[in-house]
Amino acid sequence: MEVLKIATAGSVDDGKSTLIGRILYDTKSLTTDKLEAIESRSKANGFDYLDFSLATDGLVAEREQGITIDVAHIYFSTANKSYIIADTPGHIEYTRNMVTGASTSQASIILVDARNGVIEQTYRHFFINNLLRIKDVVVAVNKMDLVDYSEEKFNAIKAEFENIIAKSDYKEQNITFVPVSALKGDNVVTTSDAMPWYKGESILDHLEKLNAQDVFEKGQARFPVQTVVRPKKDEFHDFRGYAGKLYGNDLAVGDEVTVLPSLTKSTIKEIYFFDKKFEKAGRGSSINITLTDNINVSRGDMIVKTGEEPSIEKAVTAKVCWMDSKNLVSRSKYLLKHGTNQVQAMIESVDTVLATDFTGNDSEADSLTLNQIGTVKIKLAKPVFYDKYVDNKSNGSFILIDPQTNNTAGVGFIE
Amino acid sequence: MNTITTELETGTTHSDSTFLRTNALESEAIYIFREVVAQFEKPVLLFSGGKDSITLVRLAQKAFWPAKIPFPLLHVDTGHNFPETIEFRDRLAKELGVELIVRNVQDAIDAGKVKEETGKYASRNSLQTVTLLDALEEFKFDAAIGGARRDEEKARAKERIFSVRDDFGQWDEKNQRPELFDMLNGKIDLGQNVRVFPISNWTELDVWSYIEKEEIEIPSIYFAHKRKTFIRDGMIWSAEDDVVYREEDEIVEERLVRFRTVGDMSCTAAVLSDAVSIEKVVGEIRESTISERGARIDDKRSEAAMEKRKQQGYF
Repeated sequence: MEVLKIATAGSVDDGKSTLIGRILYDTKSLTTDKLEAIESRSKANGFDYLDFSLATDGLVAEREQGITIDVAHIYFSTANKSYIIADTPGHIEYTRNMVTGASTSQASIILVDARNGVIEQTYRHFFINNLLRIKDVVVAVNKMDLVDYSEEKFNAIKAEFENIIAKSDYKEQNITFVPVSALKGDNVVTTSDAMPWYKGESILDHLEKLNAQDVFEKGQARFPVQTVVRPKKDEFHDFRGYAGKLYGNDLAVGDEVTVLPSLTKSTIKEIYFFDKKFEKAGRGSSINITLTDNINVSRGDMIVKTGEEPSIEKAVTAKVCWMDSKNLVSRSKYLLKHGTNQVQAMIESVDTVLATDFTGNDSEADSLTLNQIGTVKIKLAKPVFYDKYVDNKSNGSFILIDPQTNNTAGVGFIE
Repeated sequence: MNTITTELETGTTHSDSTFLRTNALESEAIYIFREVVAQFEKPVLLFSGGKDSITLVRLAQKAFWPAKIPFPLLHVDTGHNFPETIEFRDRLAKELGVELIVRNVQDAIDAGKVKEETGKYASRNSLQTVTLLDALEEFKFDAAIGGARRDEEKARAKERIFSVRDDFGQWDEKNQRPELFDMLNGKIDLGQNVRVFPISNWTELDVWSYIEKEEIEIPSIYFAHKRKTFIRDGMIWSAEDDVVYREEDEIVEERLVRFRTVGDMSCTAAVLSDAVSIEKVVGEIRESTISERGARIDDKRSEAAMEKRKQQGYF
């Protein structure tokens, strides 16, 4: 079955939890015991309706404060697709969580409260979708029941949103507007009689038709070596397999390849998945390959098709989303983890902090604070083999690890 | 020869739709296993003999073939495991030629390190934590691979694939490392360790479908069998041994049942079932309206039961 990963962001006030709860409820994905737990808890809290956030806010602190702090993963399926929702908080102080949730998603739902229209949070959410190149975006205009299911209201919000889209540089993005009432169930799973003027599909019908593509879109084949398999068994005496996950595109037996950084050339001899040999492997598969030549390949190296080599540089410029409470400042040192490769990095300069509201009011800066996104120049002790993020997501992104705390302090999208 | 494609690529290579999903999840799990071996000095696979850890073993086999699984299996035995599971565990380890380490909760009780619970709901489930932490320290394991899934329980849904624990094995849920794309940061200080969950994104149905497709052998108690049982709080408990406390007025009857999870006998209830084959089990799971952990009394203690246990080092 296809798996579609979706990111949602928003606060409780937007009705995001209600929307997710509605999807789970109408697709009969909530089991009896979970539903009973939500019913009794809602009642105990004195609510008139079922508080579906109780199904997703898994931490004590979240339930106490009535907010979503961390990314939660919610699973449901229909007859033809399995869905994983990465549910994240939408406030500015949770930008890093939104980026995290969006990084593993192929589609995204942006919630807009029909009464309030497009607000700062909407801009930021769309900005992140844009930065991460999320292909399919659903703008769910929620709480239509509270604006008398007004077509004018919906169109006004749509027009306002289209102004932002006009400023986007990601023209291949598919954006769909759906008027919904998550509370009443209008246009969430089934289409609604309350809005006869809306001729489109419900959110779920729309999602059902999406092609569940890899998060990492098609580009050139990139094979970062995770580990070398040497069985040291009699029957596989000379076996030397390079194990890894294939990104970007297919690789086939007979393909001429170049190993980075040594630039050694060879040819793919065999492709294994477990104990079976294959002629060709598609992107996304975790395979084990052997080469015709006995050359030195180790973890952190990358195998690519000859003639399709990525940039090999000891410096990168990237948009960085900062995730640590300790600011990112120039001259500071981090470990840069790019695929299976890990190198010492020094921040050469922090240049700008990006405005996440599409006003273009980027400001000059010399540091990034928690949840800020900025442009950063980085020097490296050893070369990395990279693509631009817009050309190849997997090979165009990296994380920065603080060598003192070992924490993942930031994520970068190479320019 | 064939072409490997994941369902993300084509969505059409297999006829039965539930199998396809597992392919992308399978590649993800294999990727995680390989990251563990590359990033850690001394990993171990936590093996309970249950279906999730059996699935992990198969995935580990696939990740490193034709080499052997490059880490040992560790079983924390509560002493209250189903005998079928123990027999199965020993046979599997032997077949794979993998080292099996067993550490017993009974030893911690005898040493006075933990105190056995008493009363109607007494269970050794939470006592496992001490034995687990002791074993990790004894062997200096820096990564412990487990079969937990995010769909099991809502605190689990918040947990990372690489989940860092401090010297005391504690989970600091508010300070988890962000996990972006599929980049896994396994850097830790001496004394810390990481719990790794390769099948985080699998659902119960995914696991069962995978077991069916791969024809993986599982312990017999997962299939319908006749068992002496009694009913308490609407749940069916095994009465074939003296592990589960039973009141005089709780009447024992023979029922046709199977188990959906095989935790400690004292906290794992059975379900009525006539599913004698894997096909029938998969069919039953698909139709089920009760969640898997609905039959686990350890989660019913309070809404935050799982989160609390994890903070204390439970896996």
